[in-house]
Amino acid sequence: MATRSPLSPAINPIEENRQGIIGKPLDRVDGPLKVTGRAKYSYEYRGVKDTTYGFIVGSTIGKGRISAIDTSRAESAPRVLAVVTYQNAPKQAPLHPREPGPSRFDRSEPFLFSPEVRYFGEPVALIVAETFEAARHAAGLVSVRYVKDPQAKFDLMTHQSQAYKPKGVNAGMKADTSEGDFDGAFASAAVKIDVTYHLPHEHSMPMEPHATQAVWEGDHLTLYSGQQVAAWAQSSVAKTLQLPLENVRILTPYVGGGFGSKVPIHAQAVLAALGAKVVRRPVKIAQTRPQMFANTNHRPECLQRMRLGATKDGTLTAIAHDVWSQTTPFDEFIEQTAAFSRVMYAAPNRFHRHWGVMLDLPTSDIMRAPGEEPGSVAQECGMDELAVALDMDPIELRIKNEPTDDPETHLPFSSRSLVECYREGAQRFGWSKRPKRPGTLRDGRWLVGYGVASAMFPTYLRPSAAAVRLNADGAAIVKTDMTDIGTGSYTVLTQVAAESLGLPTDKVTVELGDTRLPKSAGSGGSFGAASAGSAILLACEQLRSQIAQLVSKDRRSPLAGANVGEVALRGGNVVAGEKSESLQAVLSRLAPSGIEGKGEHQGAEKQPKYSSHVFGAQFAEVGVDIDTGEIRVRRMLGVFGSGRILNPKTARSQLIGGMIMGIGAGLTEESVVDPRDGSFVNRDLAEYHVPVHADVTQIEAICLEEKEPYANPLGIKGLGEVGIVGVAAALANAVYNATGVRVREFPITLDKVLGGLPDTIAT
Amino acid sequence: MIPFTYERAADANSAAKAAAQPGAKFIAGGTNLLDLMKLEIERPAHLIDITRLPLRQIEAKDGGVRIGAQVPNSDLAAHPLIRDRYPVLSKALLAGASGQLRNKASTGGNLLQRTRCYYFYDTSKACNKREPASGCAALQGFNRIHAILGASDSCIAVHPSDMAVALTALEASIETMLPDGSKRTLPIGELHRLPGDTPHIETTLHPGELITAVVLPPPPPGNQTYRKVRDRASYAFALISVAAIVRVEAGRIRDSRIALGGVAHKPWRALDAERALRGKPASMESFANAARAALRSAKSYGGNDFKIPLAHRVLTRTLAEVAGIEGAA
Repeated sequence: MATRSPLSPAINPIEENRQGIIGKPLDRVDGPLKVTGRAKYSYEYRGVKDTTYGFIVGSTIGKGRISAIDTSRAESAPRVLAVVTYQNAPKQAPLHPREPGPSRFDRSEPFLFSPEVRYFGEPVALIVAETFEAARHAAGLVSVRYVKDPQAKFDLMTHQSQAYKPKGVNAGMKADTSEGDFDGAFASAAVKIDVTYHLPHEHSMPMEPHATQAVWEGDHLTLYSGQQVAAWAQSSVAKTLQLPLENVRILTPYVGGGFGSKVPIHAQAVLAALGAKVVRRPVKIAQTRPQMFANTNHRPECLQRMRLGATKDGTLTAIAHDVWSQTTPFDEFIEQTAAFSRVMYAAPNRFHRHWGVMLDLPTSDIMRAPGEEPGSVAQECGMDELAVALDMDPIELRIKNEPTDDPETHLPFSSRSLVECYREGAQRFGWSKRPKRPGTLRDGRWLVGYGVASAMFPTYLRPSAAAVRLNADGAAIVKTDMTDIGTGSYTVLTQVAAESLGLPTDKVTVELGDTRLPKSAGSGGSFGAASAGSAILLACEQLRSQIAQLVSKDRRSPLAGANVGEVALRGGNVVAGEKSESLQAVLSRLAPSGIEGKGEHQGAEKQPKYSSHVFGAQFAEVGVDIDTGEIRVRRMLGVFGSGRILNPKTARSQLIGGMIMGIGAGLTEESVVDPRDGSFVNRDLAEYHVPVHADVTQIEAICLEEKEPYANPLGIKGLGEVGIVGVAAALANAVYNATGVRVREFPITLDKVLGGLPDTIAT
Repeated sequence: MIPFTYERAADANSAAKAAAQPGAKFIAGGTNLLDLMKLEIERPAHLIDITRLPLRQIEAKDGGVRIGAQVPNSDLAAHPLIRDRYPVLSKALLAGASGQLRNKASTGGNLLQRTRCYYFYDTSKACNKREPASGCAALQGFNRIHAILGASDSCIAVHPSDMAVALTALEASIETMLPDGSKRTLPIGELHRLPGDTPHIETTLHPGELITAVVLPPPPPGNQTYRKVRDRASYAFALISVAAIVRVEAGRIRDSRIALGGVAHKPWRALDAERALRGKPASMESFANAARAALRSAKSYGGNDFKIPLAHRVLTRTLAEVAGIEGAA
């Protein structure tokens, strides 16, 4: 029987932290496996002898239908086992309805089910062959004829006027919210700005491509597939293939990055299963880097109009945030971009609204900090523009408008240290050295500027279960289908279990990423550590309680008769007051075959009493080459109020990883659509520019001491996403401070500032 | 990828002979060719591996340097002779690609790498270079990285090499071996072609002709530099690059060598700019005039409009810096 919510164990060992394991910078426990190549990723499994290889053939039109498909040359190519198209694919469930149900990620996702082409690069055929090379060769031998749809739409700006109002937006949020009289307040505001920001499509591009190996045994299917949430993948695959849930097993013990793109299942997972069914042998498929641009999720292009009105002393009176973002005719994803501005600043008159623009592109979906990242650009650049209009320090403007409660829900914040983050950051960063006037600080050929922006991400808690087994030798095994996508889950969950059980960390083994293990929330929404960790805490509490009852009733134990509620696990011993017995002795006598505890909780309360988020302040210093407009980051500092830190090393890695990805959002990343056919143009990592080492010079992330009493029993806040939020805005504001050029079109590449640079050359 | 056969060449002459057969191609580091083969942009039926040929020497010769065609880019960049006497070449090499790629990429292969035009890389798009007479998707497409000099209505692609830009300024020559065993030497300026209406023909090499060495003449007097402008700090192709060698005497420009990258279908020797500079005072005005001369025939295509003012600015500034003139700003 599992310990269920409420989420308050009798004793909270994480709170007490007697062993000091919580907050220790423990090295990654999976590090040695990774650096020696023994941590296997989906494509690397060789356990199955007769594995075959799949290669996806993508459409070469953006929208239309297949009028003829000739697979004969491919079928007769050497070592080819099968060519699967919509004409011969095994039966699948119909495509999910367009409007998302309770979860976008738990639904049927068929491929090769129709001659219709919905987007450029959509799979139109799957080759299965004895070798990868044979499969790839045969892919080039499939000949497809199409009828193009002349009504196809690919460009956001062109079709913005055809926007529609969605019923809701991602993360279960409302499309529109409002309070007070914005129009009146804005009209009468003493100082105001009305600006529109344009953000491009972006792709997650994890280092590990999306890859799956499918193995059928009778009507049971095992997928080795890099996924962020094992249970959703299992359920989506079962629904797509119309199998009972228990017939599908997902194995995803190691994942080479996700950033949201491995929360849904993608073409290769379904196609591997279909191909394996056809050839009656295992099939593995890895998407190529160019294929990943069409067949994994991207952050959608959006337009954001930001209006801010203030009194002369900088008190905000009106906020309006309107967002138009790309979605598709066959699937609705509306990024919750206007949600950021709902939480940040006080203002009595406000609205925050979303529209969708249906384009014939691949479906957009969650990418690191969906909503908060793009939303922070308009809000936080908008605040900078307002600060300029007010001739006010941008930090002081933010502090002036710090709300006393959540401006949207009017719930109290469970904890909010934004002002402290700004104060601490300003001091550490040397904010006082910021040039007061743009374009006035030079360092050789570099124009230098400083910028700041706020970061925010909600603190979610989702239902999760875990089992913890103690063997008679005193070693613990933690089991949950939680994933580690490079974040450090193995490590921090080891720490939670070790501290809870009073064991050293090397006595704890964590098993993850297998749907046969207790179901967790997985990795996404920065809820992983809190959700799975809380379940582990509860499982350990249940173990403690079982052990307490055993020793209390056992006359041979020095703890006989002890009050069960006072028995604790500490330092490898079972203790109660002054009395103590070694855990190993207790177990070998009273539970020689080991003992298991289970923990399960139902996630956050349906009617929360607090508004819970991590807040932070992003500081950036950039240099802009006075001749060429090349923008280079000189320094970045992020300061976060993030509750208890389980492991400062993995926390810092998460935060600076997010900040580095934010450099991409601000300065380099853009998936360009060719409006003639809806293809992404720059489909490789030579031309889709993620930041490289040389782009990242001095970067630091600091977590302030903060107590988070309500969000979860661990007192933590997820850090996987907040690091990226606000970075693009801080960089844009720094570019303005350096040059006086306000760029509202992202990413900020040199061509966008070039025209505003001083005429240093006798042109 | 199309199936192909493979042989390892025993010597330069047999390699050239084998490569003269239809569908045959040399492979050295493979840093570009393998990618293109996977995408079926290159479809050789037969590969001749030349990596084991004895072409890895860097040797001083007649006051210059002879560089074997198989010398890896990283070895060349680090060689004391190059660093001391040809810093423009060392800098250009180190501005290109990544450490891993430079370890694999050869001197000869670098010269022959193919354009990074997005539409050349996408076999679903029209590209006269990939498929003659199919059209050019870049002309009306996303052409931010494309040519501003010497392009044609058939092709606006640019040559991606940094090394070749420096070699152009250094007036390097290319030694080759032909299938009949004869050798020839050609100036680097005659190796690459402008697109005209045959953009698929990129060099003047004959079938099977093997690059065996690159020869640098003695370095011209003057200061050398290489400046590369790009979208991120490393691992990005040049939007504009400048290789410049300038000799100033008594405040006047005695001589200069200027080549541009990222602007044309070949490394672009800016002879007009060199002529404009000769004998002029070493001043910002002279350098701006030279930049104007270099870009007189420049033409842009929408997405790359910014490249003309960018080229003007970076060329002017680079010349000023290499001449030791403090800028006006």
